[in-house]
Amino acid sequence: MMPVTTATNNREEVRRRSIEALTPEIVAYIETCAQDAHASSHLIGVLHKVQAHFGYLGREQMDAVAQLLQVPASKVTGVATFYHFFRLEPRGRFVINVCLGTACYVKGAERVADRLCEELGIHFGETTRDGLFSLEGTRCLGTCGLAPVIMIEDRIFGDMTPDQVPALLEKHVLQAQREDRQNGD
Amino acid sequence: MTQEQMVTLTIDDVKVTVPKDTTIMAAAETQLGIKIPRLCYHPDLSMQGSCRVCIVEVKGVPFYMASCSVNVWEGMEVQTNSPAIRQARRDIVELLLDNHPRACLTCDRDGNCELQNVAYATGVRERLFAGERKRFPIEEDGSAVDRNPEKCILCGRCVRTCEEVQGVHNLSQQGRGFTTVVSPAHNDNMDGSVCIQCGQCIAACPTAAFTEHDNTEAVWKALADPKKHVVAQTAPAIRATIGEGFGMALGTPATGKLVTALRRLGFDRVFDTNFTADLTIVEEATEFLNRFQKGERLPLLTSCSPGWVNFLEKFYPELIPYASTCRSPMAMMSSLLKSYYAEQTGIDPKDIFVVGIMPCTAKKFESRRPELRTADGLPETDAVLTTRELTWMIKNYGINLAALPDGSFDSPLGESSGAADIFGTTGGVMEAALRMAVEKITGAPPETMEFADVRAVEGLRERELKVNDQLTLRVGVANGLTNAKTLLDAVLSGEKEFHIIEVMACPGGCIGGGGQPYPPEGYRIFDKRLLAKRAEALYSIDGAKTVRSSNHNPAIKKLYTDYLGTPGGDKAHKLLHTRYQPRLPRGIR
Repeated sequence: MMPVTTATNNREEVRRRSIEALTPEIVAYIETCAQDAHASSHLIGVLHKVQAHFGYLGREQMDAVAQLLQVPASKVTGVATFYHFFRLEPRGRFVINVCLGTACYVKGAERVADRLCEELGIHFGETTRDGLFSLEGTRCLGTCGLAPVIMIEDRIFGDMTPDQVPALLEKHVLQAQREDRQNGD
Repeated sequence: MTQEQMVTLTIDDVKVTVPKDTTIMAAAETQLGIKIPRLCYHPDLSMQGSCRVCIVEVKGVPFYMASCSVNVWEGMEVQTNSPAIRQARRDIVELLLDNHPRACLTCDRDGNCELQNVAYATGVRERLFAGERKRFPIEEDGSAVDRNPEKCILCGRCVRTCEEVQGVHNLSQQGRGFTTVVSPAHNDNMDGSVCIQCGQCIAACPTAAFTEHDNTEAVWKALADPKKHVVAQTAPAIRATIGEGFGMALGTPATGKLVTALRRLGFDRVFDTNFTADLTIVEEATEFLNRFQKGERLPLLTSCSPGWVNFLEKFYPELIPYASTCRSPMAMMSSLLKSYYAEQTGIDPKDIFVVGIMPCTAKKFESRRPELRTADGLPETDAVLTTRELTWMIKNYGINLAALPDGSFDSPLGESSGAADIFGTTGGVMEAALRMAVEKITGAPPETMEFADVRAVEGLRERELKVNDQLTLRVGVANGLTNAKTLLDAVLSGEKEFHIIEVMACPGGCIGGGGQPYPPEGYRIFDKRLLAKRAEALYSIDGAKTVRSSNHNPAIKKLYTDYLGTPGGDKAHKLLHTRYQPRLPRGIR
């Protein structure tokens, strides 16, 4: 009879590292899912939870999900890259959504967007190197009367012109600095 | 077959009767000899139906049906070749081509490409849909397998092979729509993923989206360098398949012609990996007998298949202590060439350039392993060529291998017993080991050298071999790693016990290796008829030899007397054995 555990068995080590990459709540959730005969059918739900906590799906987190749910890593990344909902890059502290719906577009959203790209030095879908801003395009936000609008986190800014962009960004930089000071960073 | 289970339908207005679970594709092929064009379909893989090339018209159905994945029904009326269906099929292939590089003339698979063949067969003579084409970088940072996603047609044969045949699950479709790409997790290269480097994705691919990592340039360079002493060693399975590229009948042994071709290419010495296959057996059988007598670390797991060794390290690291510590025959030969042979000839090991001719892509990865390097940190095997690469080099030189006279290997590392020849087929290592082990256990050679029980090209065999009245050996043979999983899991759970398990990563063993020639017309990969013919070539060479047991190879005996000492001794251990370690990422099995 063959002993199952030997010095070369890295199963526990891999498991320990996987647990460290996630939170205890997520690990507990995955473990419940892993009991299921069709554990892999919980993959999307698990990835939702991971993204809700971390803001995105990092390599380490996806590998950890693969190990704990025992679903091949290529399938995990296959699902994560298939759905637009999942993000593979960290989000900035402030996510700027530029409305590119019809009304906003007609009223000059593209010029606002260009100015944002220029000031931030990034393209849509990217995050500034200091981690402060992510730039996203979105469709109609339902506030066409204020067109063109942008949304920063959950606040709407209407009647935007390109020239208002620098001051608005500066305001958020200062807000971040203030918050950091309060947190003693 | 009872009447109820039969279905009658018409195909192209001809009435045919087939069993009820038959697909339209199979019915057309078996009953009328109509081979409907196809790309994603493979009989040994799960159904995908993604390429749509095999569509047919079915009366009363408002859309074209994929004949590979639709079963026949009573009264069905199928048209395989109406003008409309021929046009639709041609359009589908044209659309595939439109998203494919126009690089046939410079492609590795020019002349041997299923997409090219289908384009010809369906009558694509011009390209009408010129549009945007997907663009991806070529991934060639790995040591064994390169990936060119631009040539991928998303048929999924590699994905299904990696998953269903090998149980590795390294490949999957990533992204969506126009930017869908088949790759390992995180778009990693093969070396950085759970890939075990077996190269079956290359064999499964209808185009050149996967190819072996090219080593021919390094070999040409060494051959042209007067300071280099360039030595070839050829694996057992090469002699069974090298003729295929030169119009020789399938299953024709071409040992002598292979040797002559290598000499003409400019190799200074041509040695035979068979020699070290014999040496492997002597070392491995000794290792087995030691463990057997002590009753420890059984079953012994064979270790000559580098794809399997990668699988062991990534997927079953807890079984590492059970693996034989014997290096692969290629690694043993390279080690001897840079020690024993260098000493004998007085050539500086740094000037010896060792080229392994292997049926295998994983051997390319193995040759880069840090544990298989000389004291100076140089690889003991300098380059590895697959059978396909060597075929190309011989053609490139302008040599027709089929017309060459027979040559013979150089001495002394070129002599081998019949046991070594059969290493190239599944069950061969087991049979070779048994020939020696039975003699050592009973004190007399086995009654017959042919252990018919372990011969067959099936993926999984479990046998009990009666050695004498006191002893019956339980042996397991697996090729294709999904089959290996079945055996290993049964062992781990305690459900089954074995004395020896032979594992070969590739279906059929090395004759079905990831570096072997693409199947000739009328055959396909994993094809048992193809594997059986290649195996027969090896069994015929073995059967014609007088020395058929590794321990009776006189050159091996002499090597132990002159240089190595005793089997399993210190020197043998240093030069012929290796170590394994768990590797990350750990595979999900």
